[in-house]
Amino acid sequence: MAAVLAFVETSRGKLKKSAAEILGEGKRLAQKLGGTLDAVVVGHGVTALAGDAGKLGADRVLVADAEVFKAFGVDAYLKALVKAVAASSPRLFVMAASVVGKDLGPALAAATQSALLADVTSVAVADGKVRVEKPVYAGKAVATIAASSPMVVATLRPNVFVPAQPEDGRSAPVEVVDAGVKPDDLRAVVKEVLAKASEKLDLTEADIIVSGGRGMKGPENWGILEKLAEAVGGVLGASRAVVDAGWRPHEEQVGQTGKTVSPKLYIAVAISGAIQHLAGMRTSKCIVAINTDPEAPIFKVADYGIVGDALEVVPVLTEELRKLRE
Amino acid sequence: MELFVCIKRVPDSAAKIRVAADGKGIDPAGVEHVISPYDEIALEKAVQIKEAAGAGAVTVICFGPAEATKEIRQALAMGADKAIHLKDPGGARGPLGVARVLADNIRARKFDAILFGRQSIDGDNSAVGIIVAQLLGLPVVSLVTKLELKDGVGVAHREAEGGTEVVEVKLPAVFTAQRGLAEPRYPSIKGIMMAKKKPVEEILAPAPSGRLEIEKLSPPAERAAGKIVGEGKAAVPALVKLLRQEAKVI
Ligand SMILES: Cc1cc2nc3c(=O)[nH]c(=O)nc-3n(C[C@H](O)[C@H](O)[C@H](O)COP(=O)(O)OP(=O)(O)OC[C@H]3O[C@@H](n4cnc5c(N)ncnc54)[C@H](O)[C@@H]3O)c2cc1C
Ligand SMILES: Nc1ncnc2c1ncn2[C@@H]1O[C@H](COP(=O)(O)O)[C@@H](O)[C@H]1O
Repeated sequence: MAAVLAFVETSRGKLKKSAAEILGEGKRLAQKLGGTLDAVVVGHGVTALAGDAGKLGADRVLVADAEVFKAFGVDAYLKALVKAVAASSPRLFVMAASVVGKDLGPALAAATQSALLADVTSVAVADGKVRVEKPVYAGKAVATIAASSPMVVATLRPNVFVPAQPEDGRSAPVEVVDAGVKPDDLRAVVKEVLAKASEKLDLTEADIIVSGGRGMKGPENWGILEKLAEAVGGVLGASRAVVDAGWRPHEEQVGQTGKTVSPKLYIAVAISGAIQHLAGMRTSKCIVAINTDPEAPIFKVADYGIVGDALEVVPVLTEELRKLRE
Repeated sequence: MELFVCIKRVPDSAAKIRVAADGKGIDPAGVEHVISPYDEIALEKAVQIKEAAGAGAVTVICFGPAEATKEIRQALAMGADKAIHLKDPGGARGPLGVARVLADNIRARKFDAILFGRQSIDGDNSAVGIIVAQLLGLPVVSLVTKLELKDGVGVAHREAEGGTEVVEVKLPAVFTAQRGLAEPRYPSIKGIMMAKKKPVEEILAPAPSGRLEIEKLSPPAERAAGKIVGEGKAAVPALVKLLRQEAKVI
């Protein structure tokens, strides 16, 4: 029996960046509960990654490795998690509030009749309860919620929790989980993947985001933002005005009806800072705004601002940052 | 095609959120309510599918207070044919509690698909649709940006990490709507008039007492006041210095 069971995601033969955050927080909570930390890894050809989970603090690693897990699907993955729960009987189940975690967390809560605490930004355990902080109303308020079911499922917001540092030489026993999933059990089948998955990080996991707004005037000006993103090692985001205009795909939209992000650095270029945009990025660690209008609301949340024309300021900023890198 | 759409009444996205005196909920004064934006997208798609099929009906289901009649009429004006209002007598509950009420009131009915928003903009859980699917034993496809339903099969485009998946699923199934699936229409005058005559089934639906308790609601941590570094490109070197030495982010 473990105090905490952590589901860690993999991608392209590696643990995802979020795995260190989930195991770091999982370990801390397991220690608080006076128990151990189990990790569960699901996928195809992922057995070799169990060692990495051990290095990141897992005391035991449960592995469900089979061809049916090659592409993510709720039906198959849920079966594996339910088996892992049976093998581990944790008090608390943690995973990332990622695209995958947002499918699996609720499904697991339903399957095990557990309370679900979704997309939380802090977790504490005391007097038999799991207590979390969770942004609600798109970050316009924070709720403190306590759950008391025998097992509690919590999904942790990416980029918020302190990642575990790998300890070379640390290892954990590995146990095989046979989920007994047959290809026929899959009811939703991925037939094809369009727009071939790029190497690019998902916005929600990025450390640095360069976001453009309507003040960029048109899609033809995005080249300078791409160059800036390249120079700082960031990924591109956008306001809804830009997505609605069809200048950028909606996967890039940040805000209440887009993605919620908490990068280390968020550079808002020619974005006014409407309440719905702020909802998606106000928890960024450092915000920089570039805008011609000194009264733009974005300056109220920005740590640093430059009042000026983006088309003029951005290339100079890119140049300065490039020099730094050299 | 029999389609159900679950809609939630939520504070408008532009609403100022203030914490109420009890420190556990929001102060309702001056807060406008609307149908949660992703639910409107789901509703629009359902209406389009029904219109294209030329047969069947779209039923909206809302678990909410008496005041949710306004959002339900809005949904009917946007093209839903009928509604089920699960009247919420109040009380705290988590996504599992809400999903149970919805599932219990859907289970015995006939339908080809149930559409949800991918996420409500007040609870921000992204959970209720997925849980309802589990409780009803149905397959679910989340974050759907394109959807076709015919001959007992659904084909959905799903916004996965880094790519779009084309997913095929046997009906009945559950789908959750992502932005891009449809552009909600503004109700026409005719739509608003017709909505008044459409049937609304009202059911008193107490949610099972959950194992979740909201202990406190607080305003978000204020961001410390920032500074304007300067004007135009001349300010760039100073900004870069601050980012390196003060913020230490590059
Ligand atoms: C239900 C609902 C949900 C919403 N969800 C979202 C969401 O998820 N995300 C989101 O972003 N919005 C969302 N919105 C829209 C939001 O209200 C704003 O309309 C939108 O964020 C504005 O985008 P913008 O800042 O790019 O454009 P604008 O508000 O038009 O601002 C453009 C800015 O560019 C500046 N500018 C102009 N020229 C230059 C220049 N040459 N150099 C530098 N600056 C310049 C201007 O001063 C201005 O501040 C939502 C709205 C609703 C009603
Ligand atoms: N009270 C409710 N009544 C009807 N549908 C709801 C309710 N709460 C949530 N939903 C549906 O579930 C989706 C996800 O909500 P949530 O899990 O709260 O983010 C929403 O977009 C709605 O489609």
